[in-house]
Amino acid sequence: MNASLPLLDVKDLMVRFRAAGAGIPFTRPRYINAVNGVSLTVAPGETLGIVGESGCGKSTLGRAILNLVEFESGAVRFEGGEVSARDKAAIARLRGETAMIFQDPYGSLNPRIPIGEAIAEVLRVHRKVGADAVPARVAELLRLVGLTPDLAGRRPHQLSGGQCQRVGIARALAVEPRLIIADECVAALDVSIQAQILNLLMELQRRMNLALIFISHDLGVVRHLCRRVAVMYLGRIVELGPTEQVFSAPRHPYTRALLAAVPDIDPDRLLAPPQLGGEPPSPQDLPSGCPFHPRCPHAQTACARGNAPTLRATIPGDLRAGEVACHFDLPPDTQQGEDP
Amino acid sequence: MSLLEVRNLSIAAGASTLVEQVDLDLAEGEVLGLVGESGSGKTITCRALMRLLPAGELRISAGSIHLNGRDLARASEAEMRKVRGVEIGMIFQNPNSHLDPVMRIGDQIAESVRYHEGASAGEARSRAIELLRQVGIPDPARRMAAYPHEFSGGMRQRAMIAVALACRPKILIADEPTTALDVTVQAQVLRLLLDLRDRLGLAIVLVTHNLGVVAQTCDSLAVMYAGRVMERGPKRELLRMPAHPYTAALLGCQPGSANPAEPLPAIPGQPPAAGAFPAGCRFHPRCPRAAAICESERPALRALRDRRVAACHFAVAP
Repeated sequence: MNASLPLLDVKDLMVRFRAAGAGIPFTRPRYINAVNGVSLTVAPGETLGIVGESGCGKSTLGRAILNLVEFESGAVRFEGGEVSARDKAAIARLRGETAMIFQDPYGSLNPRIPIGEAIAEVLRVHRKVGADAVPARVAELLRLVGLTPDLAGRRPHQLSGGQCQRVGIARALAVEPRLIIADECVAALDVSIQAQILNLLMELQRRMNLALIFISHDLGVVRHLCRRVAVMYLGRIVELGPTEQVFSAPRHPYTRALLAAVPDIDPDRLLAPPQLGGEPPSPQDLPSGCPFHPRCPHAQTACARGNAPTLRATIPGDLRAGEVACHFDLPPDTQQGEDP
Repeated sequence: MSLLEVRNLSIAAGASTLVEQVDLDLAEGEVLGLVGESGSGKTITCRALMRLLPAGELRISAGSIHLNGRDLARASEAEMRKVRGVEIGMIFQNPNSHLDPVMRIGDQIAESVRYHEGASAGEARSRAIELLRQVGIPDPARRMAAYPHEFSGGMRQRAMIAVALACRPKILIADEPTTALDVTVQAQVLRLLLDLRDRLGLAIVLVTHNLGVVAQTCDSLAVMYAGRVMERGPKRELLRMPAHPYTAALLGCQPGSANPAEPLPAIPGQPPAAGAFPAGCRFHPRCPRAAAICESERPALRALRDRRVAACHFAVAP
């Protein structure tokens, strides 16, 4: 990816949860396989988008990277050091260098605490500034995210959704992180406000050389914001590469179907008939072989057998051009063949 | 000749007016998109068409809703019961809260056929199976006995469409029907709605905030902001050459239309809270083209060319 050492290096991460109602005696426990062997790297200052439909494991992946959920196997290395749940010092170091922004701007703030206090709390916990410097730093952070410091006394319900999301970003920035994971952080906002928040994120990211993992189901937003993108399906990355490459010439049949399903704002680019029938299978019963084979228009008998295909370079020997997890080299993209 | 004709519709909560002077026309087989951000009044406008406003909180304070020569705004509750489901069907964003979780899917569809048409149990059952087939549910006879929780999100949305269409209404009101769905499933449901329009001549009012959905499905559009219609007209012309600055701004801030390296042309500020609308044009505090007249004088909807109307002092005739 990058000649320099990656900031974050995730190897073969697996996360599974015990399914609800699985504790019945004398029955085999059932598991939800949320993340099934994901590897990725993020360079300092890089933006990586993670896209996929609900249940594909993108949120769980984000949380597992920050050790907010325990992972079954695999490894997360941050700035070269391995982070595991048992190593309290490594976790504390990770917490001091990373932050997360959540989807629900109201739900991620305590409704009874004024927003200035909510930001000050982060500064105190991480001992970022001396106690007497906290109010000045809170005001500075509020200004940084485009709010006026006189809002510090307000509670979340007195603010709009967009303003609350700015507070969430200010709280993340209070950590002075090197990596921010934003999980659907504009999904709850109206487009006019969404554009403001995206602009703010882009500006801060550039100015502070932040690395950003942007998890979203909105392909347009990811295309605008991220330099690289990973497409997930049933807990695996099926395609990974430079955003423009993946969006303009998708290699994996799932990426193609996903892109073809996005309704274009141009009324003359009509939506093709749906390429995919049905919905993704349950992560409780993963299909054999390639996870996408039951819905794949190109599937052959071999796709149902053996292990899931792993990511390989689309141009042998050159990972920069993108990677795809498919047995076949599909002919160049034809998904938009129905355009006028 | 319009099937449904809404004139000067206003909706009030107590003393404050939330939706003002809305005019809409819907012809047979037409898909009308009602677009706007949250709080713009699109959902309560739809609920008003069905007279489903929460009693005691919201009421229709002015205007008329003409359907087949009757004014629904003045119809009695007994008359409305014969309109809902029979002449106008409605589907919602979240099927979970609009399907009965402890009633079999088949019974929920058959119920309204039996109630409205007095059909026998057997007739209602075969009609329900036919409806499930029409909305694309595989093996409908067996699925009749399923409960909503046994269906996936997309199938539940299909089931809700079947319930809404049980008594063959000519109009379907769809309030954000695909917002909770993934894009691949959204594409299936949108295709289904268009198929139903083609096969049954159904007229659809589609409420959405997603301009991509609008561009792909609607024939005409009404853009709402802060409780008022800002612009109306045929879809293609309106999206290609918006006459109102708000429509233009809304189209401009869609990611995907801008160059990825550059900031998105965001709309500054935020929409006004319901009931606290600014004087003059309600969009003027955020409008790049606002002048002195916009602060004091409310622009009326005026006709431009080609069936287009816009409420702006500086609306450009395209």
